[in-house]
Amino acid sequence: MANASTDDPTLAPGAPADAQDLATASQWRLMWLSFRKHRLAVFGGVVVLILYFIAAFAEFIAPFDPHKFNSRSVYHPPQMLRFVDVGEDGGWAIRPHVRAMKLVRDPETLAANYEPDPETKIYVRFFGKGDPYELWGLFPMERHLIAPVNAGDRFFLLGADRLGRDVLSRTIAGTRLSMSIGLVGVALSLVIGLILGGVSGYFGGRIDALIQRVIEVMIALPTIPLWMGLSAAMPADWSVVTRYFAITVILSLVGWTELARVVRGRFLSLRTEDFVVAARLDGTSQTRVIFRHIMPSIFSHIITAVSLAIPAMILAETALSFLGLGLLPPAISWGALLFEAQNIRSIVAGPWLFAPGILVLIAVLAFNFLGDGLRDAADPYATVER
Amino acid sequence: MYDQPPALNAPVLEVRNLTIEFPTHGERFRAVDDVSLALRPGETHCVVGESGSGKSVTARAILQIVDKPGEICGGEILFRRRATQAHFPDPIDLLRYRANSGAMRDIRGKDIAMIFQEPMTSLSPVHRIGDQVGEALRLHEGLTRRQARLRSIELLNQVGIRDPDRAVDQFPFEFSGGMRQRAMIAMALSCNPSVLIADEPTTALDVTIQLEILELIKTLQASHRMAVMFITHDMGVVSHIADKITVMRNGRVLETGEASDTLRDPQHPYTQELIQKAQELDRPSDLRLDMRGRRSLGPPIITTRDVGKAFVTSRTFLGQPREVSVALKGASIHLKEGENLGIVGESGSGKTTLARCIQRVYELSSGTVDYVGRDGASVDLAPLSETELRPIWREIRTVFQDPHSSLNPRMTVGEIIAEPLRNDPNGPTGPALRDRVIELLDLVELPATAAARYPHSFSGGQRQRIAIARAIGPNPRVILADEPTSALDVALRTTVLNLLLRLQEQLGLSFIFVSHDIAVIRYFCDRIAVMKDGMIVETGDTETVCASPQHPYTQLLLSAVLRV
Repeated sequence: MANASTDDPTLAPGAPADAQDLATASQWRLMWLSFRKHRLAVFGGVVVLILYFIAAFAEFIAPFDPHKFNSRSVYHPPQMLRFVDVGEDGGWAIRPHVRAMKLVRDPETLAANYEPDPETKIYVRFFGKGDPYELWGLFPMERHLIAPVNAGDRFFLLGADRLGRDVLSRTIAGTRLSMSIGLVGVALSLVIGLILGGVSGYFGGRIDALIQRVIEVMIALPTIPLWMGLSAAMPADWSVVTRYFAITVILSLVGWTELARVVRGRFLSLRTEDFVVAARLDGTSQTRVIFRHIMPSIFSHIITAVSLAIPAMILAETALSFLGLGLLPPAISWGALLFEAQNIRSIVAGPWLFAPGILVLIAVLAFNFLGDGLRDAADPYATVER
Repeated sequence: MYDQPPALNAPVLEVRNLTIEFPTHGERFRAVDDVSLALRPGETHCVVGESGSGKSVTARAILQIVDKPGEICGGEILFRRRATQAHFPDPIDLLRYRANSGAMRDIRGKDIAMIFQEPMTSLSPVHRIGDQVGEALRLHEGLTRRQARLRSIELLNQVGIRDPDRAVDQFPFEFSGGMRQRAMIAMALSCNPSVLIADEPTTALDVTIQLEILELIKTLQASHRMAVMFITHDMGVVSHIADKITVMRNGRVLETGEASDTLRDPQHPYTQELIQKAQELDRPSDLRLDMRGRRSLGPPIITTRDVGKAFVTSRTFLGQPREVSVALKGASIHLKEGENLGIVGESGSGKTTLARCIQRVYELSSGTVDYVGRDGASVDLAPLSETELRPIWREIRTVFQDPHSSLNPRMTVGEIIAEPLRNDPNGPTGPALRDRVIELLDLVELPATAAARYPHSFSGGQRQRIAIARAIGPNPRVILADEPTSALDVALRTTVLNLLLRLQEQLGLSFIFVSHDIAVIRYFCDRIAVMKDGMIVETGDTETVCASPQHPYTQLLLSAVLRV
C-alpha cells in the first residue's frame, strides 16, 4: 500500500530549499510573495512610503518657513533648479543655482510682473543652513535639504502665493496634516468598525439587525451637509490642534460604516467555516475562537480595507478644507492650500497654486494601487491551492 | 493515409502528441505530456485519472479553453468536420486556429460540445432555460426566437425533462441538480455536435441521478452517432459506459485500449491498482471482520430517540419564526461500543444534520441523545450548554468532509493538532504537549517534521490524516466521520479507511460514519441506517441490508451502485 506521506516531494529530506521554505511560510510571507508580483502596487507602496517620509521630516525637507511672507515676491513664478553653472568666461562647474527674477511694474497698468534677471544667480546647496525651526517641536535645527548659500536669499521652485510665501514649502508642510489625518481618521473608524462589525457578525440576531440599521442610517445621511453642520458647531476660537482632532472625529464618524461592513461580512462567512466549527468542538473558548482562529483570517482583509479607506479620508479632508469648513489658516493642509486657489484672480496670477492638488492626486492614486495589490494578495491560500 | 477510402470506424477527432505547460515560479510545469487519443463516432471514450492527471486540461485544449496561464506547446488536434459515412473530409488541425477566432467559435458548440461537472455554475442564473438552450441555435443556425423556442422544447423533451413547455420558461434555480445537468446536455446537443466532451458530468450528483444521466448520455449517443469523450475518476462509471479507456497520470497516457480488455486484464500497474481499489470497496473490509472476530461489540454508548431538527428559514420583523424547514423528522439510532455505524443517504436526506445533532453542534428541536460516559452513567446531551458539552466533545470527536476547509490555513499543523489538547484542563503542556503531537502524527503515518508546516503544503489525503490526528488527540471514544473520503481520490479512500480501522483497534474507537456512498459504508461499517427525507427508512446489519434490502429506497440506492 502506498504511504501517502511519501508521495509529497517536499516531505523528503532532499527536497529543494525553496519548497521547504514555502511549506513553513506563514500567511504574511505568502501575502508578501504574491503582493510582490503586483508591480503597480509595489510602486504605489513606494510612493506612499516616500509621502510619509516627507510628512515626517517636512520642516527639514521644506526649503523655507512655510509661514514666512514677503511683499516683494507676491505671486512670484516658479524657478528652475539648475545644476551646471556656466561662468562669464565660458568655463563650467557643477553648482546648483536658480536664476533670479526681478519685480517690474507695468508703467501704465501698474501690474506686477517678474522678469528674468540675467545678472544675478542665487546659489543653493544641500543640507545648508536656512530658516530656524524645531523638528517635531522638539529639536531646534537650522539645516534644510535645500537652502540658499546666502542666508537672506529666497527662491521659489514652485512659485509663491498672494503673500509671497513659498508654495513648495507650504505643500510639503501640508503633506504632514493631510497624510496623517487619513491615518488617524482611519485608525479611529477602524476601532469603531472592528468592534461594531465584529459584534454584529459574530453574535448575529437582534444585535446584528440593530447595528445594520444604524449603519444604513449613517450611510443614508448626506455627507456634505453633515460635515457643514458639525463644522459649524465647532467654536471659532478653537486652536489648530483641537480643530484638527475635531475634523478627524467628524470624518471617522462617517467612515467607520464601510469597515464595519467588511468585518461583519468576514465574520459571518467564517463563523460557519468548518475550521471554526472544528475549533469549537476542540473545546476552544469563545474569546480564543475569535482572536486566535477568526481574527488572523480577517486581518489581511482589514489591512486592505484600511489602505482603501485612507485615500477617501484624504479626499474628504481636502474637500472639507477647500470649502472652508475644515482646517483653517494658519493650519497648512492640501485642502487649506487649495482654498487659496479658489478665485479667478489666483488662477490667472498663479496657476502654480494648484500644486497641492497634484499631490492629492498622486497620494490617492498611490493608495489605490497599493490597496488593489493588497486586496489581490489578501487571501494567499486561494492561489496556493491551485 | 488520408487518401484511403473512408473507413467506417475512422476517428472523427484525433489528439496527437499534445503537450501543455503551465509556467509557475520561473519553471514550467508540464500538465499534459505527449498525449494522443482518438475519438470515433458512436463510441464512448473514457479518460480516467485522479485529480491533477491532466485529463480535464486535455479536454479543454480541444476547444482551446485552457485556463491561464496554460500554454499549448505542441501536438495536433485533427478534426474531421461534418463527417458522415458518405462524406469524409480531410482533417483540419484545430490548433492552427486562434483561440478567439471566428472559426474556433463556430466549432465550439456547433461541432464539438462540452458539459461540465457543476451544472449550477455553467448555467447563467439570470436567463431562462429556454433562452440558454436556444442561444446556440440562434447563433449558429440562424433560427428565429420562435423557432429556437420550439426546438428547445423538443430538446428538453429529448433529455427527459418532464413538462418541457413549462420548463423552457423556468430559471436554473428552479431546477434540481439532475435537471440542470439534463438542461446542460440539451444545450450541448442543440446543434447536433459530432463530438461531445463530458467532464465529470455526474460527480456532483446523487448516485440514483448519476445512473439516469449516464443512461441518457448513452441513449443520445447511440441515436446521434456522436463520439463522446467522457472524463471521470470513477472506475464504476467507466465500466458502465466506456467503449474505450485511456488511463492518465501526471499528464501522461499510461494505457489505452478496449474497455472490456482493459477492465478484465489491465496492463499497467497503476490501472491494476485503480481497478483493485475500486473492487476493494463494496464488500466488507477483511481488517474489520478480522477485528470483530477477536473482540465483540460492547453495550450501546450513544442512543438517540426521535431526534428532530427544524431550521428557521425566515423570520418576522420581530424575530418570530415564520417559516421553518424540517431537516430531521424523528431519528432513533444507537451505537454500540466498538461498532461502526454507517448513515447513508442522498443530499438533503438529513444525514449530516443527524450527525451534528448527535454531537450537539445544533440545538435539537425534539428528542434526546443519551450518551453513556466512561463511568457508565448515562447523560442526555440535548439540554446541555456549550460549557457542559466541552468535556463530552473531547470524547465524541469529528472528522469533516473537506480537509481543505476544516484546517485553519493560518495555523501550523502542530498548532492545529495541539488545539484540543491545550483546551483540556488536564491535558499535556510544554514538552509533553509537543511529544504528544509528534506521537499523534506518527499514529496517522506522518513524519514529525510536518508539525512545523502549514496545511497548504499538504495534499488532500495528508490533510485528512492531519484532521484525523486532531480528532484522536484527546483520547476520544466515538468519532463522527462526515464523508471523510468523498473529497479524496479513489485510490486514497481505502488507505484512509484502513487507517481509521487500525486506529479503531489501537485506541478502541466507535464510529458513526456518514456517507452517500453505499460501497464505502459496506467496506467500513458493521451496521447501516438508510436515510431519506429526514427519516430513517431502514436499519440493520450491513451485509443483511445489502444482500436483501427491504425498503424500496434502499433497493434503489443499491441498484445505482456501479460495480467494476
